[in-house]
Amino acid sequence: MIDWVQPSILFFLGAAIVPFVKGKARSALLLSIPAIALLTMVVSSQGMHGVINFIGYELVFGRVDKLSLGFGSVFMVSAFASLVFALHVKDVREHIASLLYVGSATGAVFAGDLFSFFMFWEMASFASVFLIWLRGEEQSSAAGMRYLLVHIVGGLFLFGGIVLHVGSGGGLAFTEMPKEGLASTLMLLGFLINAAVPPLHAWLADAYPEATITGIIFLSVFTTKTAIYAMIRGFPGLPILVVLGAIMAVYGVMYAVNENNCQRVWCYHLISQNGYMVTGIGLGSELGLNSAASLAYTNIIYKALLMMGISSVTYMTGRRKQSELGGLFRTMPWTFVFFVVGGCAIAGVPPLLGFVSKSIVVTVAGEMNQGWVILMLVFGACGTWLHPLKLIYMVFMGEDKKIPASDPPENMLWGMRILAAICVVFGVFPGLLYGLLPYEMDYKPYTMAHLVKSFQYMGFTLLIFIIFLKKLTPENYISLDTDYIYRKATAGFVWVAHRFAFLRNIT
Amino acid sequence: MNLKETLIKYNDSPTFWKKSKKGLYIFLGITVVADFIVPHEHKIFFWDSIPGFWSMYGALSTFLMIVVSKAIGHAWLMKPEDYYD
Repeated sequence: MIDWVQPSILFFLGAAIVPFVKGKARSALLLSIPAIALLTMVVSSQGMHGVINFIGYELVFGRVDKLSLGFGSVFMVSAFASLVFALHVKDVREHIASLLYVGSATGAVFAGDLFSFFMFWEMASFASVFLIWLRGEEQSSAAGMRYLLVHIVGGLFLFGGIVLHVGSGGGLAFTEMPKEGLASTLMLLGFLINAAVPPLHAWLADAYPEATITGIIFLSVFTTKTAIYAMIRGFPGLPILVVLGAIMAVYGVMYAVNENNCQRVWCYHLISQNGYMVTGIGLGSELGLNSAASLAYTNIIYKALLMMGISSVTYMTGRRKQSELGGLFRTMPWTFVFFVVGGCAIAGVPPLLGFVSKSIVVTVAGEMNQGWVILMLVFGACGTWLHPLKLIYMVFMGEDKKIPASDPPENMLWGMRILAAICVVFGVFPGLLYGLLPYEMDYKPYTMAHLVKSFQYMGFTLLIFIIFLKKLTPENYISLDTDYIYRKATAGFVWVAHRFAFLRNIT
Repeated sequence: MNLKETLIKYNDSPTFWKKSKKGLYIFLGITVVADFIVPHEHKIFFWDSIPGFWSMYGALSTFLMIVVSKAIGHAWLMKPEDYYD
């Protein structure tokens, strides 16, 4: 009797079979993989499974505890909805890439030792870059290459950290790491790059918008959330994470103001959201780690929904800049409705999903007397609401640009329907969410004080949005970010190389 | 009536947005007034004793976010779209 199946095996098998099946059978295969994987997680018993001895080291492929089960099962739900959204895609290479990507990320979550974790982590990087390259445009191949290079560097940091850690007798088990030392610093750097913590974040906003229409949905979930998982596991209560997270929460929403490309707005918004999780991990109490996990779980749902909304618009109209969009609620009414649900959910409008998850980290900061953290997080929360408002207005309302369009194919609508339903059901019954968290949860989101506070800052954000609507008119520009350094550095390198060209003649 | 027609009917009606705006102003007033009535159990920070604090903070945050981002963008960060090409 097999008591444990490493879910990545199901995905890798699926990726091997999927080129040989077509039509309905392919759809059935794609959807059954996350469904079966979720089922195996539900019935699996907690503990260590799949322990293999490898040249004297113990590799653990199946650490099943509340944390890995929580991330694993939310990953599966998200993968299911994203695969539904991508069912119409004919190019089988895209399906293979997304299955390998999801499988590797899920494998990393269940890995109990540093070596197998690192292996899955790298596989996820390499599989995901194909979701960018398969867009097949010149821009996407360049952006994909930059994405890959950044992740290779991140992987090297992580690998260097692991080697040092194991070499100095720290053991191969992936548990809480020492808070100081070179080994921990290197590992943390690897995690911070993948979690897109400024100034190491620019790869995200650079590369994701160049991915395929459906690839961006997968990308927006798995890389950063695996990194959040790794930090919950490895660095809970590390004080610097509080500072980095709070900066991140503000940085992302500030950058999103000037951005014209809708997908890039969501990317900066995602960076800001990850900031809340990083803060929660840094605060480090049981409730703090719960807050990080609950933010990760809920963000996976509503961010994917919002990405699906924009992807649907791009799929139907071929456009993705706010300055070229407008008035789409007339032609894409259902996409509009799901987009509004996602926007309200991420902003924390009661009774949707965000309301029951976003305030926990603020409560923890209050308990720990970190006033400035609260002020920065609420500043970020205003931006979390401002940007959905802006995109709802600029894309779906505003000036009717008479763009010919209709709602996307039925499978894309179903992808959004599933996630929108989760936003409502889990928001109304927060116990369902809290049951997935790593620690016991005694938290009541629906109090009068919380409702009043939320309505106050969200209401007045809406008011300022209405007053400053003109100032928010999208402009046809891009914004420089820290990727400037490596995008321009190559030109600098060529310049320097030319100056030393005379060396060729010496020999 | 289907969704599309309903949405268009509300959007194109001359009074809907006016009424909605009025509704919003009343709602904003209520949230501030509610702060005087709803008890705050934990008074940790100075702002916990200021009724309507989060209204002011929300408005100020959003205002600063827009103005500062736009100012930095125009002065420094925003470049033509073919900048990297």
